[in-house]
Amino acid sequence: MSADWPLWEVFVRSRRGLSHTHAGSLHAPDAQMALRNARDLFTRRSEGVSLWVVPAAEITASSPDEKDPFFAPAADKPYRHPTFYEVPEGVRNL
Amino acid sequence: MTPVTTPSTPPHQQAERGMGADAAEGPPSGAEQALQAAFDAAVAADERIEPRDWMPEAYRASLVRQIAQHAHSEIIGMQPEANWITRAPSLRRKAILMAKVQDEAGHGLYLYGAAETLGAGRDELLDKLHTGRQKYSSIFNYPTLTWADVGAIGWLVDGAAITNQVPLCRCSYGPYARAMVRICKEESFHQRQGYELLLALSRGTEAQRAMAQDAVNRWWWPSLMMFGPPDDESPHSARSMAWKIKRHSNDELRQRFVDICVPQAEALGLTLPDPDLRWNEERGHWDFGAIDWQEFRDVLKGNGPCNEQRLSQRRRAHENGAWVREAAAAHAAKQAARRAAAQPPGQPSGQAARPTETARS
Repeated sequence: MSADWPLWEVFVRSRRGLSHTHAGSLHAPDAQMALRNARDLFTRRSEGVSLWVVPAAEITASSPDEKDPFFAPAADKPYRHPTFYEVPEGVRNL
Repeated sequence: MTPVTTPSTPPHQQAERGMGADAAEGPPSGAEQALQAAFDAAVAADERIEPRDWMPEAYRASLVRQIAQHAHSEIIGMQPEANWITRAPSLRRKAILMAKVQDEAGHGLYLYGAAETLGAGRDELLDKLHTGRQKYSSIFNYPTLTWADVGAIGWLVDGAAITNQVPLCRCSYGPYARAMVRICKEESFHQRQGYELLLALSRGTEAQRAMAQDAVNRWWWPSLMMFGPPDDESPHSARSMAWKIKRHSNDELRQRFVDICVPQAEALGLTLPDPDLRWNEERGHWDFGAIDWQEFRDVLKGNGPCNEQRLSQRRRAHENGAWVREAAAAHAAKQAARRAAAQPPGQPSGQAARPTETARS
């Protein structure tokens, strides 16, 4: 738990067929130790069949603010959703 | 920046997880008002605040204080029970107790991780624990005198913790709430194993039964104190509730816990050490006797039976582990140097272009 140990983000695949999901983070001196620590920390009750550890410093995030105009262009395009379109009464399988 | 947010984490981590440099400098007051309004609206709408959102400094400081104290409690909380691992009466009980103590370590680590998303450094947090500048729950300053204490801790101390923590799963700060969801799932095993342990003793010999009753007698009142001072004397409560860090008052949660425990004690065949305990038809709750808050304050101040022992054991464990941390760091450095030497010149370092290609299982 030294200040020199980098931070790793841990992703767990809970079972086959599902994506890896972010579980939390931990400190470790290298990737191998990060994996072992992640196993002990996040999968003590068989919560996972596969683990990823990613150096937190290597993650590029969209912006310092979670409510960023970066995502604004999607907001005014309701025609990307099927509910935007009118379907005549009685038409099926559409 | 206030001391709690002074990063001992490197700048890259801070940009990634904590707030950015702009926010730390403090925006102009008009912008700050807009940010405050956005924060208030998010809290009012029961949305979660995430690490890189703007938040009032006092909110951040309050969370760091609470999460750190919570993390420290998990770490110190390993000691009273670990005291009995070598003397567990059967292999079954020993395996259970080891798993439970390991869980407490895990809970501490989830919570330190949550505190770090607010800009607090791990080393800084540990240092504050070791020097007594941050507190842990005063319950762990009581000794575990007999095997039955392991049961009483599971049933009462973990039971009180669960009552406290379930509402924290809906805390307004996302990383804390997510850590609590994980912790609460694991705590229910802790409580049940304690209850089962006490039940076995209660149904055992007269001496075993007396041991169980004695443990419950000693742990009952300190467990009620775990909910903190009465509402009118709780310094942080009102603000924490306005911020939706806390969802219920100390007294409300304490009453909930008493109501839960009375029938459980009856099923155990044990009594709770309170002559004033009686059902109040009008309130629909159990009335209970006055709590000795002087004792609570004394233990909090450092005069409990085990304060000194708990802290010095923690410091010793940290110092004795130094060589392991150094060895791990040396090994990591050696491996990194070997990889660098094996790399053909001109090639960028790093293991693979895409994480999915190496990490795929």
